[in-house]
Formats: sequence, C-alpha cells, structure tokens
Amino acid sequence: MVSLFSIFILTLLLITALAIVQSRNLFVAVMLSGIFSLLIAAIFFLLDAADVALTEAAVGAGISTVLFLGALALTAEREQEPPTNRPVALVVVVMTALVLIYGTLGTPRLGDPNAPVQTHVSPWYLEQTPHYIDIPNVVTAVLGSYRGYDTLGEVFVVLTAGIGVLFLLGKPSPRGSRGPESSAEDAGLRHYLIPRLVGRLLIPFILLFGLYVQFHGEYSPGGGFQAGAIIAAAIILYALLEGEARALLVLPRWLLTGMIAGGALLYGGVGVVCLLLGGNFLDYSVLMSDPVAGQQIGLLLIEAGVGITVTGVLLSVFHAFAARGEY
Amino acid sequence: MIGFYAVVAKPNLVKKLVGLSLFQAAVFLLYITMGKVEGAMAPIFMAGIEDRLYSSPLPQVLILTAIVVGISTTALGLGIVIRIKEEYGTIEEHEIHEIDHP
Repeated sequence: MVSLFSIFILTLLLITALAIVQSRNLFVAVMLSGIFSLLIAAIFFLLDAADVALTEAAVGAGISTVLFLGALALTAEREQEPPTNRPVALVVVVMTALVLIYGTLGTPRLGDPNAPVQTHVSPWYLEQTPHYIDIPNVVTAVLGSYRGYDTLGEVFVVLTAGIGVLFLLGKPSPRGSRGPESSAEDAGLRHYLIPRLVGRLLIPFILLFGLYVQFHGEYSPGGGFQAGAIIAAAIILYALLEGEARALLVLPRWLLTGMIAGGALLYGGVGVVCLLLGGNFLDYSVLMSDPVAGQQIGLLLIEAGVGITVTGVLLSVFHAFAARGEY
Repeated sequence: MIGFYAVVAKPNLVKKLVGLSLFQAAVFLLYITMGKVEGAMAPIFMAGIEDRLYSSPLPQVLILTAIVVGISTTALGLGIVIRIKEEYGTIEEHEIHEIDHP
C-alpha cells in the first residue's frame, strides 16, 4: 500500500518536473517548483526521513518559492524562445542519465538491513546516543554534537550567502529608490480583508510553531534550520500583508544584521567556551558537571544560534529583494 | 536529469536556477533512499519502544545540511540574476552574450 502511494507520488513528481521545464511562463514554473518540493517532502517522510521532510517543506516549498517570486517581480515573467535549438544538450543529458542508471544497478536492494550503509557506523550512533547524549532525536544528536563542526560550517555558509546578497543588493537601485512619501496606506494587501484577517489569526501560531520546532528539535523532528525558516516565513507573511515598512518596524535592519552575525557568534562562542573549560572545540561534555547534561545544554545553545542566523539571513534577503522593487 | 537539462539547455537564467534546485532535490532523494531500512521507523527514540529497527540517521544529517546550503546558493544566485537584469536589461543568456561580445 505504501509503495503504491510512493509510485503515485513519484509519477506526479515526474510530470511536475517536465511541466516546469516546458512552461514558458516563469510564474507557473516557480509555483510548480513549490509543489515539486512539497511532493519530495512527502516522499522523504515515507522514507523515514522526518527531519529532512520538515526541512524540505519549510525551506523548499516555502522560502524558496518566495525568493523566486521576489526575483521574478524584479526581472521578467516570461521566458523567451531560444534562438537555436540545442540537441547537444539533450544528448548530453540522456548519456548522463544512462551512465547514472548503469551505476545504480550495483546498489543494494532498497531497504536491505544488511546494506553497507546500515552496518558500519549507523548502528554505533543508534546504540551510543542514549549513553552519551540521551536525546531521542538521533538526527539532531548527530547534526549538533557528533558532527557539530560540519554544522558550524553550514551556519557560515548561510552567513556568507546573506552577506553576499546584502553586498549585491544593499545599495539602492540605480533607477532611484522609492520616495519616502510612498503611501503606507497602499502598502501590502491592506485593502484585501480576508488575507489580512486570516493572516492576523495565523501569524502568532506560525511563530509559536517555529519556536516549538526550535526547542523541541531534540525530541521530535525539528531544530534550528527548520525553525529559522518557519519564523522567517511568518515575518514574510506579515510583510506581504501589512507592507514591508511595518515588517521593518517589527524587526529593523540593524537587528537583522545583528542576528545574522550573532547566531554564528553564539555557535562559535559555545565552541570556544568548551575550549576554555578544558575540552576540545565543540566538546559540550565539559559545559556542566554531568557530561550528558553538558551535551544537552550545548545542543540547545547551538541550535538557538543556528535558528537566529537562518532567520536573520532569510529575512535580510527578502527585504533586500523587496527594497529593489518599483512599487 | 530533467533539472540538469533545464540548467544546460534553457537560456533564461531564472529557469536555470529552478532547474538547479530540481537537480539538487533529485540527488537528495537518491541519498535518502539509500538510508531506508524495510519495516523500520524514523531514527527517533520513542519512550517505551525498545528493540525496533531504525533507518540510518547519517544520510539524513548529510541531506539536511545539503538542503540548507542549496537554498543559500539559490538565494545568492537570485541576487546575482537581479543585478544582471539591472546592468544588462535582460536575463536571456544569448542576449547577454551578444551584449558582451558585439
């Protein structure tokens, strides 16, 4: 039954992907890519990857669609006919596909518990996590503690992307920035009653859910990245409904810039504190007298750092795109 | 593969970025399917349930990082596309090429 459902979703994925590539209208392509992300999130869930499904849904179907739409508003809405057809591209793609399919013929059967993936290091993590870290969500344990250094690098990647976008789009557009007298009455969707009402009802709950995902990430699917994306989505919704100016009152730019740097600083700071207390960099066991409690405190702090940075970057990118607009 | 075709063959820059994110999502799918164990559950311990098979958490951690890095590159790429549009007036690859090499 489950596999039939999976095949159904995979077929939908294929159709959606073909439609994305074929459609000339970029708006349609972007909306379809949001649907594509949601379908992939569903398949991730069917494959027991709950954390990944949550992240893909929040980031891929939510934030990514918003950023693409923002970029579309600033560029073009339709794609033009290519001047020459390129059969070479199709040939290259087909050859690559054949080589890849040939490569997958040697992989173990799907779901085989004796596959090499399952038998070398995975059982060690699954057995030892209750002993060393004692939190139910093994994915968060591996992400935050065993591979915490990699996650620090990931936070720096997000930070760099945020800084990059701010460098590219920080200065006002050469067309001239909007006059300060652009009326706040027309901002956002203030004239539309239903989106405003529904949005006002939903935004507090979305924020609450984001905070829940942030702090409950050790017990259920969740963690800093998902929470950052969800909280950023709530603020973006507010900006869409009430106008960007009011969203900037809620979280002004200086605060967002501070969040971008502050989250990464928090993460690295926890690592340095561990060094000062006598352990290795990012070895949380030395943070408290009981090493297991130290690990849990360390995870809580670094996940908070991750969430702060991700929220700051996503909101800064959104505001950078929005400030370029002509309206 | 379809995403790969979009990146290579479509001249519109935004379409290329959409194709890139399709491509990335497909690769993530490949990794996650490798981690699945038949009849197992997600690698989250529930109180009171002992001795269950769990799917491997390691590919999931890798893909979590990859998803976030992917969105970062997409955001940066879109920023670059916006700047290109402002400087060149177009985001079709062949037109940009003509402007650069008249």
